[in-house]
Amino acid sequence: MKYAYYPGCSLHSTAKEYDKSLRAVYEKVGIELEEVKNWICCGSSWAHPTSKLLSLALPLKNLAEIEKSGFGEVIVPCAACFSRFKIALHAVDNEPQLAAEVEGIIEHKFKDGVKVHHPLDTLSSNAELSRLTGLVKNDLSGLKVACYYGCLLTRPPKVTEFDDCEYPQSMDKILQAVGVSTLDWSYKTDCCGASFALTRTEIVLKLSHDILEGAKSVGADAIAVACPMCQANLDTRQEEIEEKYQTTYHLPILYFTQLVGISLGIPVEKLLLKRHLVDTEDVLEKVR
Amino acid sequence: MKEVFEPKAAVDKGCGTMELNIPPETVSEFAEIIKETSGLDVNVCYQCKKCTSGCPVSYAMDYTPAQLMHAIRLGLKDLVLNSTTIWLCASCETCTTRCPQEVDIANVMDTLRIMAIRTGIKPKMTEITAFYRTGLSNIRFFGRMYELGLIGMLKLATGQFTKDMDLGIKMLKKGKLKLLPSFQGSSMTKRIFAKVKEQEKV
Repeated sequence: MKYAYYPGCSLHSTAKEYDKSLRAVYEKVGIELEEVKNWICCGSSWAHPTSKLLSLALPLKNLAEIEKSGFGEVIVPCAACFSRFKIALHAVDNEPQLAAEVEGIIEHKFKDGVKVHHPLDTLSSNAELSRLTGLVKNDLSGLKVACYYGCLLTRPPKVTEFDDCEYPQSMDKILQAVGVSTLDWSYKTDCCGASFALTRTEIVLKLSHDILEGAKSVGADAIAVACPMCQANLDTRQEEIEEKYQTTYHLPILYFTQLVGISLGIPVEKLLLKRHLVDTEDVLEKVR
Repeated sequence: MKEVFEPKAAVDKGCGTMELNIPPETVSEFAEIIKETSGLDVNVCYQCKKCTSGCPVSYAMDYTPAQLMHAIRLGLKDLVLNSTTIWLCASCETCTTRCPQEVDIANVMDTLRIMAIRTGIKPKMTEITAFYRTGLSNIRFFGRMYELGLIGMLKLATGQFTKDMDLGIKMLKKGKLKLLPSFQGSSMTKRIFAKVKEQEKV
């Protein structure tokens, strides 16, 4: 099995640990990923509030390059990229005139198109879950994890076509399959404040505080994420939140692929656990 | 859980969107323009306020999402385009997901932002439009987002030079921020930006 792979800007910089751990996990389960050549930014938080055409052309240009290289399916791990890809596909499927306009801009006419998958989707099928269980090397059952999905993976459901939009389970299933104890909690799909981190930081501090508080109240040892923006807000702003709200969390914010990696016995150096601002040592101490 | 919340399940049980009898003379010109440019019809909104209840940022907005939808229906263009609401929308898609009338409210917010920028309205939140501007020129120029460049450009645009300095240093130490841009794909993004600009003039 081989997929095209679109890492997106974050996985080449702030979220390099997501990229490395994801590649390592996919290698273990025997799924090959081929990075798209010459990929460009999907427009993320910047294109859609300023130009509809641009917000569609950027992701679709990437899909055009993927189709040209002979792939029919692509893995997109960043939740923001995943959302922009799916929204673009939904828009051109439903508005033929717009589709023609965008095809003119990107100079490509789609034939069969390209299917966009999130890693949570490909790894949570029954076959992959049992394969993951069979590969477990380390016992992580002592670790209680709150799976945080954020906004863009599941909403709006008719666009993302993925998991349940109010109470998703795919990440929980994957982590349970590798022996992690996942928790039921109320903030799985609440917003962390997303791209307001650089402009209206106080919004991020409030919303991320609510999420951290929710995870703490159910006794989580760590939060698992699948989005670089969620990870950045909950991890890099955690100290500021603790100061502002006069509390302590010390909650490591790990990509779900890092936890899967630990369980499958991938060397921790390969999972870049030291790149986080909140120390991850406590998590490793619970590994048996 | 799934049965209660999945919108599709609700539709299958015959609880779909409600057809409203809206006399054409009561539809505002502003609502009509939004419908023509984006295909989004806010006239079907019956003010249930699910959008507002679910909105994580409504506490900080001058008008709630439901109030804004109503203002559009009333044709209050100046009020809508000068609100803080349109800039404070986090695009989390909760409103769009939960609207029983299937109004894509997050998309309406995008449409309003685009309209405000194009009509030259001075935005209530200049740092947010500066963020869009610097983000886009960064993508156009480098092909892929160069975060350190974005932070620098945003500081120049907003004058907030000392904001997040300590955090920035910590992130640099952890190797979280790439020091140099890649320029890969930059000829492609420049071409796309130019073609979009050309198309939007028409």
